[in-house]
Amino acid sequence: MSRDTVQLEILRYDPEKDSEPYFSTYEVPFNDDWVVLDAINYVKENLDRTLTYRWSCHMAVCGSCGMVINGEPVLSCHTFMRDYGDKIRIEPLQNFPVERDLVVVIDDFVEKLGSVKPYIVPKVEKTVDEGEYIQSPAQLAVFKQYTACINCLLCYSACPQVGLNPGFVGPAALALAHRYNLDSRDVGRAAREDVVASNPGIWECSFVGACSEVCPKSVDPAAAIQQTKIASTVDYFTDFLTPWRKQ
Amino acid sequence: MSRRPYIRPVQRSTWWLAQPRYIRYMAREVTSAFLCAYSLLIIVGLVRLAQGPLAYDAFLAAVYSTSGQVFSLLTLIFAIYHTYTWFQVTPKAMPIRKGGKLIAGSIIVGAHWFVFLIASVIILYLVGM
Ligand code: SF4
Repeated sequence: MSRDTVQLEILRYDPEKDSEPYFSTYEVPFNDDWVVLDAINYVKENLDRTLTYRWSCHMAVCGSCGMVINGEPVLSCHTFMRDYGDKIRIEPLQNFPVERDLVVVIDDFVEKLGSVKPYIVPKVEKTVDEGEYIQSPAQLAVFKQYTACINCLLCYSACPQVGLNPGFVGPAALALAHRYNLDSRDVGRAAREDVVASNPGIWECSFVGACSEVCPKSVDPAAAIQQTKIASTVDYFTDFLTPWRKQ
Repeated sequence: MSRRPYIRPVQRSTWWLAQPRYIRYMAREVTSAFLCAYSLLIIVGLVRLAQGPLAYDAFLAAVYSTSGQVFSLLTLIFAIYHTYTWFQVTPKAMPIRKGGKLIAGSIIVGAHWFVFLIASVIILYLVGM
């Protein structure tokens, strides 16, 4: 089927003018090689310069062009126009406040991310002169998949628990906590537990699994959260049964 | 420029209709209600048994009635579906590494079905005795 044009229905919201968001429709040329981001760039360059959205690398690395396209959270640079029909509906990521058009406010996520101490907490702090913290390939393999997160927030958009319980720490932050907990160079697990093993942490997750289905980097945050639940449960019972071991 | 972020409303009771994956999730969760009901039925059976032969016979008659059998059949179907959905996700919750490599998910799922089968055979054998 050859098509000349495609209609983009884009959610618009100008905080200075609009009381609520609405959809505007733009007719753009159909191009077999274009990703949806190219079509949006076409709108910005040729039809409406006020259209506001985030993007940077155009190669699924920076994580800034996440949007909801025809109901599914995706990276717009990673999604071909040819895979859609004659109408493409584009909205900002779900479960975040809309700053303007397709730009969402992510401050809350950034705070949650910081709260899980997403960095190596070493047993003994070393200076640069003292050299690296050595790790074997096998030790790296244990957590490598969780290092691939690009903070695109597609998982937060897909997760119904994030929408229903805004306090939920959420998939990417918990997956990153798991990543550091699994790291052989790290001893920060106990320090992360206050946030990670709390109710707004892993226990808010009911394992819908949507996060892992939409993740463009195969991080599988749902797996990370379930593994953390098991580890926390084992901790709980170990402490309960052997209280003398608790420090 | 003033900031006035717009917060979109959340459909608190109908959110799960929004996507097929949410409906699948709900199906997994809701089928557990039948398992719960069936457990209650067995507890009621025990109570009736303790009350004497007359009460127990009445209980059995209810279980073997048409509606009782329909309920049992539905519970069986839902229990198998519920078990299937959870067994499918076990490799996520319990990844096993051997010699630095992840064991294939199908082996973990298969092992669960295997144990399930053995347990079922043992229970059927004990009940048959
Ligand atoms: S876990 Fe996946 S979907 Fe979530 S922010 Fe990271 S890369 Fe994006």
